Amino acid sequence: MRNPQLGPGGELQHLLTLEGLPPEVIGRILDTAVPFVSIAERDVKKVPLLRGKTVFNLFFENSTRTRTTFEIAAKRLSADVINLNIGVSSTTKGETLLDTIDNLVAMNADMFVVRHSQSGAPHLIAQHLSTTGRGGIHVINAGDGRHGHPTQGLLDLFTIRHYKQEFHALTVAIVGDVLHSRVARSLIQGLTTLGTPEVRVVGPQTLLPTAVERMGVRVFHDMRAGLAGCDVVVMLRLQSERMKGALLPSAGEYFKHYGLTAEKLRLAKPDAIVMHPGPMNRGVEIDSAVADGKHSVILPQVTFGIAVRMAVMSILAGSQVPA
Amino acid sequence: MKIEIHNGRLIDPAHGIDRRTSLYVAAGKVASIDEPPAGWHPNRVIDASKLVVCPGLIDASARLREPGFEYKATLESEMQAAIAGGVTSLACPPDTDPPLDEPGLVEMLKHRARSLNQAHVYPIGALTVGLKSETITEMGELSEAGCIAFSHADAPLADTQILLRALQYAATFGYRVWLRPQDAHLAHGGVAHDGEVATRLGLPAIPSCAETIALDTIFELVRATGVRVHLARLSTYEGVERVRAAKRAGLPVTCDVAAHHVHLCDIDIGWFNAHCRLVPPLRGTRDRTALRQGLADGTIDLICSDHTPVDEDGKQLPFAEAEPGATGLELLLPLTLKWAQEERLALPIAIARITSDPARVLGLAAGQLAPGADADVCVFDPEARWTVDPASLRSQGKNTPFLGLELSGKVRHTLVGGQIVYEA
Amino acid sequence: MTAAGLPDAEITLGRLAEKMRGAVAFDAKLIGIHSGGAWIAERLAEMLDGRHPVGYIDVSFYRDDYAQKGLHAKLATTTLPFEVGASRIVLVDDVLYTGRSVRAALNEIFDYGRPESIELAVLIDRGGRELPIEPTYVGARVAVARDLSVVLQRHLDGSLELSLESANGGGRA
Repeated sequence: MRNPQLGPGGELQHLLTLEGLPPEVIGRILDTAVPFVSIAERDVKKVPLLRGKTVFNLFFENSTRTRTTFEIAAKRLSADVINLNIGVSSTTKGETLLDTIDNLVAMNADMFVVRHSQSGAPHLIAQHLSTTGRGGIHVINAGDGRHGHPTQGLLDLFTIRHYKQEFHALTVAIVGDVLHSRVARSLIQGLTTLGTPEVRVVGPQTLLPTAVERMGVRVFHDMRAGLAGCDVVVMLRLQSERMKGALLPSAGEYFKHYGLTAEKLRLAKPDAIVMHPGPMNRGVEIDSAVADGKHSVILPQVTFGIAVRMAVMSILAGSQVPA
Repeated sequence: MKIEIHNGRLIDPAHGIDRRTSLYVAAGKVASIDEPPAGWHPNRVIDASKLVVCPGLIDASARLREPGFEYKATLESEMQAAIAGGVTSLACPPDTDPPLDEPGLVEMLKHRARSLNQAHVYPIGALTVGLKSETITEMGELSEAGCIAFSHADAPLADTQILLRALQYAATFGYRVWLRPQDAHLAHGGVAHDGEVATRLGLPAIPSCAETIALDTIFELVRATGVRVHLARLSTYEGVERVRAAKRAGLPVTCDVAAHHVHLCDIDIGWFNAHCRLVPPLRGTRDRTALRQGLADGTIDLICSDHTPVDEDGKQLPFAEAEPGATGLELLLPLTLKWAQEERLALPIAIARITSDPARVLGLAAGQLAPGADADVCVFDPEARWTVDPASLRSQGKNTPFLGLELSGKVRHTLVGGQIVYEA
Repeated sequence: MTAAGLPDAEITLGRLAEKMRGAVAFDAKLIGIHSGGAWIAERLAEMLDGRHPVGYIDVSFYRDDYAQKGLHAKLATTTLPFEVGASRIVLVDDVLYTGRSVRAALNEIFDYGRPESIELAVLIDRGGRELPIEPTYVGARVAVARDLSVVLQRHLDGSLELSLESANGGGRA
C-alpha cells in the first residue's frame, strides 16, 4: 500500500508517522535540524523560509507544551500561526473533523499541525485533502491517539544522535506504559529503521501491547534486567487514569518496580543518557535526583524539539506542490 | 407465466444436481427439470448456455435499515440490492430503531417487504426488550408475527443469568436463538483484532478470547437448556476449533461467517481504512485460514453478507469512531465464488453455503429447485468480471473494502415466485 | 569557454589578496559564504597582514528560490565566532554571478546584529548580475556562457582549482 506521506517523487508531503520512512529521509530531517539549533542562540531567532505561510495548530486534544513548541518553531520560520483548541465541546456542536478542515482550507491554510485523541485522524485528513484536490497542503501529526508522535520520535532520535553519534551499536530501553504510548511507537519505528540493534521495552504485562516483539523489540518485565548495559534509557509518562480499569494498583507500587532511581540507573552504562518526553511525574516514573542529574538530557530534548520541528516544517513547505 | 431457463449449468446442492440441463417454471413453481412439462409453450426462454442456474440465494444476515435508519438506506434500495445480488430470501437482524421487539413492528416490516414483491424477508426478533438485556420479549407473539428466530444482534448481553433464562424460555417453545459470540467486557472499547496490526496502529483491541470465552459460555448454556443456537459471525481460529468439537459432541449448534471475513484480515486495514471497521473485527491470517477451512469442511454452515449499509459520513471518521459494517448483498455471490475458486472447491459446495445450508439453518423450504418448490432462482455468469464501485452498487451503502476492485460473478436474472424481478 | 580560458585559482587568489592588503581594515572580520567562500576566507586570513577572525555562513535559509526548489539537501551551519554588531566585515565568496547569494548573506548577517560596514571580496566576477550588487575587491573578471557554472574545488593538500561545469549539474565542460 502506497505510503500516503510521500509524493510521487518520494519527497515528503506530510509527516504522519515514522513507519515506512526510508532511513535517508529520517537522516535528512535530522541533518536539517542541526543548523536550526544554533538559530536559537542568535538575537534574531528567525529565518524567512515560511514567510507568508499560514500554519494552523489544530489541537483536538489539549496540550500546551507541544502546541507551544510547534508555535515557536513556525514563528521562527517567519510563518503566521493560528492556534485552534477544538475541545470536545466543539465537536458536539455537530461539525465533523473533515468539515473543520474544509473550513480552514477556505481560510488559506498552508499547513496543519494536528493532534487528535484518535489513531489515524491525521491520515484521514491527509487523504481527504488529497481526494479533494488540495494535496499541496501539508499535514504534520502532532500525536494521534496511541498511534504515533513522529516529531517526538525524531527529536528523540536527534537527541540520541547528538550524544551517541551512531545507532549501530546502541542498546536503548523504553520503560513504562508502552501500550498507550504514541511516543514509544514512533521511537521504536525510528530506532529500528536507523539500525539500532537492541531496542527494549520494559513494563508490566498490563502496559505492554500484544505482539509488541513484532515491532522489533525485546520485552522485559524486570526493569533491572532491562536496564543492564543500556546506552539510552527513555522513561515514559504514567498517566493517572491507568490506575482505573485495573491496569495498575497504585503509583507507589509502579515506582517501586518501574520507577527510575539512581540505584537502578547504575546498571546501565556509566555514560548512559536518560530521556523523557515530558511532562514528568516526579516520584512516579522517575526520581527527582535522576531527572535533574548528570545523565539527564531532558531539557536539551526540548531545545532540540524546536529545531527538529523547524526542520520538518521547512522540508515539507519546500517540497514541490503536486500538479 | 411460463419461463424456460434453457441449457444452463443447473446446480441444486440440496438434491446433489450439477449438470447441463433446462429448468421449467410455471405458476410460480418449478414445474420440472430436464424434460418440459406436457404441452409446454413458454412465454419466455432464457438462454442459460453460458450461465449457472441455482436456487435463489439465501442471505442469513442483511440489515435493511428500516425501521429507523432510513437516512442510511431504505427498504426499496436494499431490496433492489438483494435481487441484483441474486438473493431471493434474507433474514434481517433485530437491531433496527426501534428494535424488532414488538409484533406490530415485525408485521409492518413483513408487509412493507411483501408489497415490494421482491425477495422474501424473514425478520429475526429481539431476544430482550429494546435489546437492553433486562426483560425477555414476547417470543410467542413475535413468532406468530413472522420471526424465524431470536437474537441480540451486536448488543451486549453480559448478564449470564438473563441469558440463561432467555435461552430456557426459547427452548421451551423450540425457538432458535442466534447469538454473537463476543464477551461484552473483553470486547468493550475495542475496534480491531488484538494482534500486531492493532499494536502498531495503536487501536484499542479485542482479543480472540473474547470470542472463545463467549463460545464456551454459550455451549454450557446449550447443554443446560437444550436450546438450538446459531452462532453469528465466527472470526477466530480457536473459535472454529471449538465449534468443530462442539458439533462432534453432538451439540445442536450451527454457525456462520461473514463474506468479508472469508477474504480479509487485519493487515487490510492498511492506513486506517474505515471500510475495514467491522464487527467482529478482521482478525489475523491464521484466523482467516481457519475460517476458510471451516467453511470447506462444513464446521461453518454458511456464508452471509452481514449487509450493513453505512452512509459516507459514518465512515469518513477516524477508524475507532467510524461506524462498523460493510455493504454486502451484491457481493455475497462473487465473494463466495472467489473463495471456492481460490480453495479449489467444487462449485456446488460454494453454492450450498449460500442456498441449501442457510435454508436448513433458517428452517426454510427454500434453497432448492425440485419440482413443486417455489421458483426462486438465480441465474448468473460465473466468468463475468465487474468493478465494485458506487455506480455498480444498487444498495445505498457504498461502504465496502472491495471498492475499486474487480470481482467475478454477475447475476443475469433473478426470479422470485416464478417472476423475473431482476435482469442485467 | 573551455577550462583553458579560466584563470588559475592560486594566482587569482594572490591578486585578490594583493588588492586587499592595505585596503581592508586591520581588524576586519571575514565571513566566507559556504563552501567556496569559506575556503577563500581562510586563505585570505593567512595572507593578509591584519588580525582577521573567520566566520562561515550558510545561506540556505535565506535564499529566494526556496519556493521553487525547496531546501538544499546538504546544509552547513552558520558559525560566526565573533560579534557582528559594530564590526567591519568583509563578506567573501568564490564566484559572484547574479548577486542573489550575496543578497541572502547580507540578510542573514543583519539577523545577527548591525555591522558598521560590509565589503565584498570575490575571487571571480563572471558578470550576469540580476541585483544591484558590486564587489569591493575582485581577483579576476571572466565572461562565461549562461549554461555553464564556474566551480571552485579544494584539493586534499589545500590548493584551490577553478573549473567549468554544466549549469544543470552535469559533468565537467
